[in-house]
Amino acid sequence: MFNNLPIPFLVLSFFTILCALYVVTSKNPIHSVLALILTFFSISAHYVLLNAQFLAIVNLIVYAGAIMVLFLFVLMLLNLNKDAEPVKSNLWGIAAAVSAGLLLLVITAAFQKAGENVMKHPVEGIGLVKALGQSLFTRFLVPFELSGALFLAAMVGAVLLGKRDKGNKELLG
Amino acid sequence: MIFQNLDISHYIYLSTVLFSIGLFGVLFRRNAIVLLMCIELMLNAVNLLFTALSTYMGDADGQIFVFFIMVVAAAEAAVGLAILVMVYRNTRKTDVSFLDQLKG
Repeated sequence: MFNNLPIPFLVLSFFTILCALYVVTSKNPIHSVLALILTFFSISAHYVLLNAQFLAIVNLIVYAGAIMVLFLFVLMLLNLNKDAEPVKSNLWGIAAAVSAGLLLLVITAAFQKAGENVMKHPVEGIGLVKALGQSLFTRFLVPFELSGALFLAAMVGAVLLGKRDKGNKELLG
Repeated sequence: MIFQNLDISHYIYLSTVLFSIGLFGVLFRRNAIVLLMCIELMLNAVNLLFTALSTYMGDADGQIFVFFIMVVAAAEAAVGLAILVMVYRNTRKTDVSFLDQLKG
């Protein structure tokens, strides 16, 4: 199954899956965040392999640049960078692994014939800014504006939730 | 394209595995921040599948949807983390099994 695949794809895929497993299994949340950043970098590399160059850059800027910095900031603020998490029992781990494995099995079985109606190779040229922008600003203009409104609402909500009460001078309440 | 014998099924397998790892994390971990990170991992698996199908079908719409998923993920992370900071202020914990006070 693996022997006729290109080496860069194989290496990148194993690196992605290893980093994702480390995100889930690491006891220290800071290590989880750093492994998740590595996962996002390797997913961006996959985007480059798929001829989606603009998405690769946007993925780096938005996920690795903004969202993960937010996570890291909150972790540092709450001072959770120690092994404070109580471990769940082994039974719970086995149940979670069985559930995830069953989902993997079902989705793999459902996607068996998904690749039949597509081309054999990635198409070039649609991942560039020109093609994406033409689509985004003509047919998807209304969802684009709505997502701007969603961002504004999320920002106002986050500021409102994160604001400390009056008279409480301590940083974390 | 440089890779001649790389068809879409490998990308389907890869993103399915990533999604399952994220689901395992959501079920297994207790720290709410790690839970949010696992949700981001699942969203990224979906993004990867969207992009792969979009490029292999020669249609840019899938990549537009990836943008919208990123918007939703960013908004979700911002609001979720703000809620978490507020919960931590009141309870000094981010353990999700502790937060069952709304249970009827």
